[in-house]
Amino acid sequence: MSRKTIWGLSAGIVVFLLFPVFLPRFYVYLVSIILLYGLLATSLNLVLGYGGIFQFHHAVFYGVGAYGTTLMLTKSGLPAALAFLTGPLVSAAFGLVLGVICIRLSKLYFGMLQISLGSLVWAIVYRWYGFTGGDDGIHGIPVPELLASPKSAYYFTFIVTLASLFVMWKIIRSPFGSVLQGIRDNPLRSEMIGINVRRHQLLALVLAGFFAGVAGSLFVVVDNTVFPDMLFWTLSLEIVIMCLLGGWFTFLGPMLGAAAIVALRTFVSGYTDYWALVLGVIMMLVIFFLPNGILGYVEERLKGGLRAPQSEER
Amino acid sequence: MNAVYSIIPAGVLSQVFVGLSRTTILFIVASGLTLILGVLRIPNVAHGSLYMIGAFTAFTVTQLSGGGTAGFWTAIVVAPLVVAFISLIAERGMFQFLYEREHLMLLLLTFAFSLVFGDLVKLVWGTEYKSVPVPPFFQGFVPLFGGLPFPLYNLFLLIAGPVVAILLYLLTNKTKMGKIARAAAVDREMVGAVGINVSRVFAVVFVIGCYLAGLGGVLVAPTVSVTLGMDHTLIIEAFLIVIMGGLGNIWGALLGALIFGLTQSLGILVWPKFGIIFPYLAVVVVLLFRPTGLLKSTW
Repeated sequence: MSRKTIWGLSAGIVVFLLFPVFLPRFYVYLVSIILLYGLLATSLNLVLGYGGIFQFHHAVFYGVGAYGTTLMLTKSGLPAALAFLTGPLVSAAFGLVLGVICIRLSKLYFGMLQISLGSLVWAIVYRWYGFTGGDDGIHGIPVPELLASPKSAYYFTFIVTLASLFVMWKIIRSPFGSVLQGIRDNPLRSEMIGINVRRHQLLALVLAGFFAGVAGSLFVVVDNTVFPDMLFWTLSLEIVIMCLLGGWFTFLGPMLGAAAIVALRTFVSGYTDYWALVLGVIMMLVIFFLPNGILGYVEERLKGGLRAPQSEER
Repeated sequence: MNAVYSIIPAGVLSQVFVGLSRTTILFIVASGLTLILGVLRIPNVAHGSLYMIGAFTAFTVTQLSGGGTAGFWTAIVVAPLVVAFISLIAERGMFQFLYEREHLMLLLLTFAFSLVFGDLVKLVWGTEYKSVPVPPFFQGFVPLFGGLPFPLYNLFLLIAGPVVAILLYLLTNKTKMGKIARAAAVDREMVGAVGINVSRVFAVVFVIGCYLAGLGGVLVAPTVSVTLGMDHTLIIEAFLIVIMGGLGNIWGALLGALIFGLTQSLGILVWPKFGIIFPYLAVVVVLLFRPTGLLKSTW
């Protein structure tokens, strides 16, 4: 890492740390939501952009993580710290189960089966009033006192997001990450040189599930609610759009996309009920004119020419 | 007929018939989806929205015509055509430029369409529930196996399903258009190379597939409450059916719809609260043994 990036990063961190000091309460909440959605989108990008796996139903892991944490907080007398660990771990385990079922299928089959099985989970959560609160969800979740105020929730979200991003960055830069990108670019050749393709992909799915679960738990801290729509498939495709808009072969792209979409949604919803219409039109424009996303486009311009999207950037 | 009852309880039998009428709707919608998937390779998420538009259009048409039997027949003719027209605009305006893109992009584009369509429906018809009356001609019940009442409309559905299946079979296997479309599904470049306008073939197939979604929407309208969000559950079911049957295979869609409809209706008998999980379990079992679906996929 060059000195310049380190300075940039530190400046960014300081700005984020200062937000709650001068921003009104609502914006602190908004930035927290942006951060956790950014984490969610980045965790999806781990498998979608870097792994080339059609993870179409990522929201399931987000929702399962949130519900896992919530149910531990409300139904068990165990310490809260344990609950925050349980959520992501349940998501990771869930990633393993869904992965084992789906991984044998090729791209589109994988994605469609995952959407379908994820919808089953949604249906169960939606109907199981006794356990998950059904379609009402669970409100007023008792989070530890330390995290109860919006400010402390913000700082918690920021630190956890930053740590998770750092770990994911390290994962992508590790030998495992390189193998994963190799598999994305040429699965057949990877298999020929003796890489266990499925095992690598499965591990990527588990990791992505884990970090999605972290994002879900953060939502519990920030909003103190869970509801079944958190694992509805339309949210999953919205997350994919976040990755796409920001640039899905870049590390920070999904974060940027999440920020853009969450901010826009908050803004547009203030004026009209037809947010979905606006989002749909934005998606069409992005697909047509910015297929590599904002950061992808910027990078392309900076390098002054066409870049093969798969090339490993250093 | 009492012999039948001694083997199968009446409740089970009536659920089987309920499941079969559901199968008809599922098949008609899924066959359109699988047609588009097989030939154009577009996983059309907007298919569910077109089905919803079909149902809402049927509501408007029957209301304008006073709710009579004639109004219903008009709806069956008009509503799918409206849907087909909308899809034609979408195909010529957008999809035709993106056939070379990856599946992910196409899926997202169709999702964008489903968002737009969903909000347009909200804009035009509002958020209230709508109900389409069962046409007078199909009101009432027929006795089934000695006295078990079965709604006449569902019987009509049971007939409509096979009719659509046979028509689709004739269209894809006996007409020149269908043969070209099947060839394009296997190798679109080769079809283009022998001088056929592949783009136009694709447009026709896309419109036919969407027409089927609209038809499914009209047919389902009298049996359910027509509401926003009816697209979201249906598209997932249709996806499952198509995967189970093998992408692009119309008979696979029929088989998948049968399995899905029957496990759904019988599952409710077994476990009323969570009957919904049985069709999904069926899909998992099928895919564990046959990862690419029951019948041969065109992919």
